[in-house]
Amino acid sequence: MTITAPAHDARPKGGSLVDQFELGLDAPICLTWELTYACNLECAHCLSSSGRRDPRELSTQQCEAVIDELQRMQVFYVNIGGGEPTIRPDFWHLLQYAVDHEVGVKFSTNGVRLTPERAGFLASPACNGYVDVQISLDGATAEVNDYVRGPGSYDTALAALKNLQDAGFKDAKISVVCTRQNIGQLDEFKALADHYGATLRLTRLRPSGRGADVWDELHPLPEQQRELYDWLMAHGEDVLTGDSFFHLAAFGEALPGLNLCGAGRVVCLIDPIGDVYACPFAIHDNFLAGNLLADGGFREVWQTSQLFQELRAPQTSGACTKCEFFDSCRGGCMAAKFFTGLPMDGPDPECVQGYGESALAADRSIPAASQDHSRTAPGRNQPVMLTLTRRPDDFTPPTSAPVSACAENPLAGFTP
Amino acid sequence: MSTAATATVLEADHAPRVEVRLEDGWRLNPKVALRPEPFGALAYHFGNRRLSFLRRPELVTVVRALAGAPDVRTALADAGVPEAQWAAFVGALSTLAESDMIHSRKEGQQ
Ligand code: SF4
Ligand code: SF4
Repeated sequence: MTITAPAHDARPKGGSLVDQFELGLDAPICLTWELTYACNLECAHCLSSSGRRDPRELSTQQCEAVIDELQRMQVFYVNIGGGEPTIRPDFWHLLQYAVDHEVGVKFSTNGVRLTPERAGFLASPACNGYVDVQISLDGATAEVNDYVRGPGSYDTALAALKNLQDAGFKDAKISVVCTRQNIGQLDEFKALADHYGATLRLTRLRPSGRGADVWDELHPLPEQQRELYDWLMAHGEDVLTGDSFFHLAAFGEALPGLNLCGAGRVVCLIDPIGDVYACPFAIHDNFLAGNLLADGGFREVWQTSQLFQELRAPQTSGACTKCEFFDSCRGGCMAAKFFTGLPMDGPDPECVQGYGESALAADRSIPAASQDHSRTAPGRNQPVMLTLTRRPDDFTPPTSAPVSACAENPLAGFTP
Repeated sequence: MSTAATATVLEADHAPRVEVRLEDGWRLNPKVALRPEPFGALAYHFGNRRLSFLRRPELVTVVRALAGAPDVRTALADAGVPEAQWAAFVGALSTLAESDMIHSRKEGQQ
């Protein structure tokens, strides 16, 4: 049935599902489609470096053709993101089009367009329960959230959650990227979710897009990883994680879900101009499989691109091979390694066995970004990542004004 | 894997509560679509939006044949599943029944 048929014959039968997934599937299970690079916000850690619309963005007709193809491939749902997808004027049309073509939609939004009317539409039979909404929130308080997502973004997200709840929309998701600043707020996030009748979804911060610039400051500290792991073990049933924390499995027991890097195997990304990447966290030329307009459609790229064939071939695991946790951790996240300049076949930069830290301390070169849609001039929503702190206790104030570089007096700066 | 769905993995590591018996008639839930995959098939339930994985091509044949066969026994035999494996297949079918992927054709049930 498919072009990869010869590979099927050569493929070992049985084995675990993870083993099978590593060899790739005929169609993705977890497909992300970013509809636009345009965004009203300028989050410091944006995985797709979004901000400005790309003039080559797929047209409405081209998007419909993509949905038709997903239906033929039986991709049963797609994760829509951006940028901010809802600021595309045809967003609601495309949502309806997808639902009408048996392609369910989960979309991520900062909430900016979720008015009471739109919330009512999402809760209506027109969406047939095929639509999931994820509101991004990276702090349980405005202070922590707005620090990375920009001023006003906390209020926007909460207003959207309220509108959804008032409209009777069931089970919205609050989607949180776990950072050093918010790991201590997990219980508060859970309480917020309960308050809005929503489900909490926690995901891992990756050094992707603009995230590369702030990763050193934002990524959880080793002891916070433990805190997160313990919290997930205690609340695993009630929170979603997108299976993104499997590197934490090396603390002991594996977390529920699929423990593997699915990039190019069961996961992929279609970007706003139709470029197909191995993973939404891997927007870089090295992980670009092709373009669905130029290379004969999405199916063709997914099934035949050389990059994806390589990702589905058996991989070496380098330094991780000897690790007793390799079976559950599998060396962690490809994107996290790549964007921190670590070798692909070694430990994750956040390896909980501590091998990441030594790898980060060794020689490495961080790859240059290959695309950037960030605004060239900061807009009014840009976060200002400044923390106000108190002056340290041992601070001694200067006794005189600093000495100017052009002070000519031979006794300048001399204190008897 | 990142951002995966709420996937139910058919590893049969727990005892299913719904029992499929050889002599009963079953069928695929009309709300469920099967997508062929090299390892078998992926089953997607459009009602509760759950994914399951059918990890043997023969299991896919059996599931597709259920509606047209008088009972599970016939579906298994027609698919050429050796009798020694019937118990394992019935176990897999029970797991599918429990996640609402297949429905009993007995009167009084959906
Ligand atoms: S690259 Fe990282 S985020 Fe992407 S699929 Fe692999 S583990 Fe998940
Ligand atoms: S050494 Fe590799 S496999 Fe072991 S815990 Fe670290 S990243 Fe995971």
